[in-house]
Amino acid sequence: MIPLSWYLVFAAALFCIGLYGALARRNSVAIIMGIELMLNAVNINLVAFWRYLSPAFIAGQAFAIIVFAVAASEAAVGLALIISIYRRRSTVVAEDIDMLRW
Amino acid sequence: MSALQWVFLLIAATTLVAAIMVVVGPNLVHAAMWLILALAGVAVFFVLLDAGFLAVVQVAVYIGAIAILIIFAIMLTRHLTADTEPQVTRSWWLAALASMVLFGGLLTMLTQIPTLTVGAPPLPGNPENNVRDLGQALVSLDQYVLPFETASVLLLAALIGSIVIALPPKAARADEAES
Amino acid sequence: MQPEIMTWLTPLPPILSFFLIVLFARRSNRLSHTIAVGAMLISWGLAMAVFFQALAVEHLGEHPFTSSIAWLPTGMTTLHIGVLIDPLSALSLFFVAWTCLAIFVYSVGYHNFGHARDKEDVPGLPPKAGGIEPMYARFFAFISLFAFGMLTLVVSDNLLTLFIGWEIMGLCSYLLIGFWYAKESARKAMVKAFITTRVGDVFMLLGLAYLYTSTGTLSYRAILSEPVLERLAGTPSLIAGLSTAGMIGLLLFFGTVGKSAQWPLHVWLPDAMEGPTPVSAMIHAATMVSAGVYMILRFFPLITAGWHEGQALNPTMWVIAAVGAFTALFAATIALTQNDIKRVLAYSTISQLGYMVAAVGIGAFVAAAFHLVTHAFFKALLFLGSGSVIHGVEHGAHATHDHVDANDMMIMGGLRRKMPITFWTFVAGGLALSGFPLVTAGFWSKDEILGHAYQTGQAWVFGALVLAALLTAFYTARQITLTFLGEPRSKAADHASESVPTMTIPLIVLAVFAVGAGWLGIAEDFPVLGGLLPNWFHAFVGGTLLEEPLGTHFNAVPVLTSIAVALGGLLVGWLVYRKMTHGASDPLVKPLGPLYTIVQHKYYFDELYTFAVVRPAYWFAETFTYRWLDRGVIDGILHSVGRFTLRLGSFLRNAIDLPIINGSGDMVGEGVKRSGRGLRWIQTGRVQFYLVVGLLFAGIVLSYTLAVRP
Repeated sequence: MIPLSWYLVFAAALFCIGLYGALARRNSVAIIMGIELMLNAVNINLVAFWRYLSPAFIAGQAFAIIVFAVAASEAAVGLALIISIYRRRSTVVAEDIDMLRW
Repeated sequence: MSALQWVFLLIAATTLVAAIMVVVGPNLVHAAMWLILALAGVAVFFVLLDAGFLAVVQVAVYIGAIAILIIFAIMLTRHLTADTEPQVTRSWWLAALASMVLFGGLLTMLTQIPTLTVGAPPLPGNPENNVRDLGQALVSLDQYVLPFETASVLLLAALIGSIVIALPPKAARADEAES
Repeated sequence: MQPEIMTWLTPLPPILSFFLIVLFARRSNRLSHTIAVGAMLISWGLAMAVFFQALAVEHLGEHPFTSSIAWLPTGMTTLHIGVLIDPLSALSLFFVAWTCLAIFVYSVGYHNFGHARDKEDVPGLPPKAGGIEPMYARFFAFISLFAFGMLTLVVSDNLLTLFIGWEIMGLCSYLLIGFWYAKESARKAMVKAFITTRVGDVFMLLGLAYLYTSTGTLSYRAILSEPVLERLAGTPSLIAGLSTAGMIGLLLFFGTVGKSAQWPLHVWLPDAMEGPTPVSAMIHAATMVSAGVYMILRFFPLITAGWHEGQALNPTMWVIAAVGAFTALFAATIALTQNDIKRVLAYSTISQLGYMVAAVGIGAFVAAAFHLVTHAFFKALLFLGSGSVIHGVEHGAHATHDHVDANDMMIMGGLRRKMPITFWTFVAGGLALSGFPLVTAGFWSKDEILGHAYQTGQAWVFGALVLAALLTAFYTARQITLTFLGEPRSKAADHASESVPTMTIPLIVLAVFAVGAGWLGIAEDFPVLGGLLPNWFHAFVGGTLLEEPLGTHFNAVPVLTSIAVALGGLLVGWLVYRKMTHGASDPLVKPLGPLYTIVQHKYYFDELYTFAVVRPAYWFAETFTYRWLDRGVIDGILHSVGRFTLRLGSFLRNAIDLPIINGSGDMVGEGVKRSGRGLRWIQTGRVQFYLVVGLLFAGIVLSYTLAVRP
């Protein structure tokens, strides 16, 4: 029998790895990948909590479904943005997209 | 350790290694492959957590759509010297440090709370009715139809938005229209 | 109208005339002389009315016409000013009014009214060829102001208004001596007159102040009363040997020395002849110089306080008598050697004033007053006559283009045929001056002084005055002979003509007075003539004093001496000069030798004063006060204050204002800019960087919340 904490620790680790990817990678698409990892970790958390603490309450799964939808739409829009930026500036390196600089 | 726990550990290790390869690997396409593996591992976890439907959705949506989308994006935004450039930012050590610290904090917190060490309680109701209950929950007026519909609208917006954003600039479209 | 009100009004028309002419009538000659003569006529009318009313009062001295008003409130007391008509001032009013009126009328003709303005004449110089005086209106304005001053002095009842009138006349004298201001000699003379009389005035003011502090009042009636005079005579003054009364009297006398041109302040009067002749007549013969004598006559009781007739003279009286007698003789000697017709008369005036002063000094009040009146008339007459002569000769000079000095007697001669009226009136005046026996007024008044001098035993005064009388007769005869008798010594004199009626009629009027005024003062016990007419003069004027002065008893010695001296002097003078020819030197030169030169240069007093007083004063003013004190010290202080302030200002600006104040102001803006620039590096534009920073901070806050402060 697997304690809840194992799931949570795993989710935390996955989250942190995804965080590192989002913060440390130069390529924008790699950043999106890191973000997807983070979202997956969140989903794991949601479902684990549903299963262990209130399994009768279907809201946990419903929430997870919604998160899936959101993650998908977010990935789509983000990648569309990256493509648009690539068209303009021929680069997808996040460091070079510093038009909000002083 | 029971067999279940060994399985858990195995899948967890695989997923984490795959995740690490995603964020560390220099080659983006390889990173995308590793991402697919990580997502698959997460799907297995969903199965372990008695959320079979979610596992399928994970595979279909994440691996089938999002990962493919990512691969397309990588293809469309490549340039020749992409793989020889450094793949991490100048302050990657700061990000690593932040992640470590966060993980350390979360870990400390999680192992100290007693209620989280409980085992899984038995599933109430009929597991076969899971999908039907989920479906009904999503469209019942007195349940979660509103978030569901909102999410639909969000998807629609994302759909239209991403098409608009990703359209070529006006000059290119004008050329295309003429030719 | 009451006499007091008329007295108040008497000085008013001339001052109104002054203002009217100055403000409105500057450009119209006719209007200005009409206003001036009209105003003088009104004043003359008022003065005559007051005089005749005064005559009607018995014992006017005890019941004078008085009126006073409270003028200046000064703390607890009030200064009163007012008018007083007692016998002395009534008489003075009489002769002042007559002489001033005559001179005003004379001035119309003298300044060639009726002639066209000569184009070559400039204002500031006398008209060259008989054109009307360019500054005609100005002249009448000034003499009106002067008349106001004299009338104020005569009618006032206190020393303050007397002094005011005194100073106004001093100012007018200054302005009128320098009337032709473009001539340098006139400019120098005007300054000399003013400054010299100022010296006297300073002492007079000291006397005034002393008097005020001793008695607390300046009003005549208060001061010249028995108790006050006794107190003043009894108190010793700051100088040993002099009582307070004596000291005050002496100080006031110094004012007279200046104003009446006594030695040693006589030097201004001969130079004052630079002014037009009416000025010389009015101011320097009849009225202003008489004011000095009037003042010591007014303060006779103060001067003679403690003295009674028959006693030895008190120190003040002795000084006055000495100065008067000396001046009389001194000036008479100088008059012998002068060739300018007006200079002779100027020295003659000084000499005659010496007579009056000496008379006051020996205590002969009535005699001095008598001589004052008669002298005013005949001296004014003589001056106006000389003006007429000068005009006639100038006319002749212009007609014949003979450029001569019209004042020089040496080029005149034979004018009796050319200018008869002038001649006869001049002779009348000259005989009065010499003291021609019996007929002329001068004889009676001079005789009275000589009689007093003889009788009171002041032999030195008597001797000096007799000698002066001899010389007076001599130089008068010299003057008449050189001017009118004999043959003309130049073409100008040959073509001289009589003057216009506005000039000759006043001469005639004054001649009547010169002859007739004396008959009212014949002593009672004079043989034959005495008793025919009462000695009205003595009774009237003597009533001014608190105790009626004693008349002189008839004594043959002074009378015979004065007759001998007068006739002898006239005869000798005529004999010496009747054969004078053109170009010949004065017959006196050879016998007197070097003495003549000294006398002709007025004993070198002018040179002495220039050396001892004038040059040091100029040096003091020019070098010490102006260059060293004013420019060096005061301007130096100012300049250094200026420089210091400038330096302080620039220091404040550069060292404090700019760096500190501007700096702190700038620092606000600069500080913001610099801090902005400093913090700018945070805006990298890199999203990942933002996220890391946000994460870090979130982490810090979270750990703080969870660990430190749950």
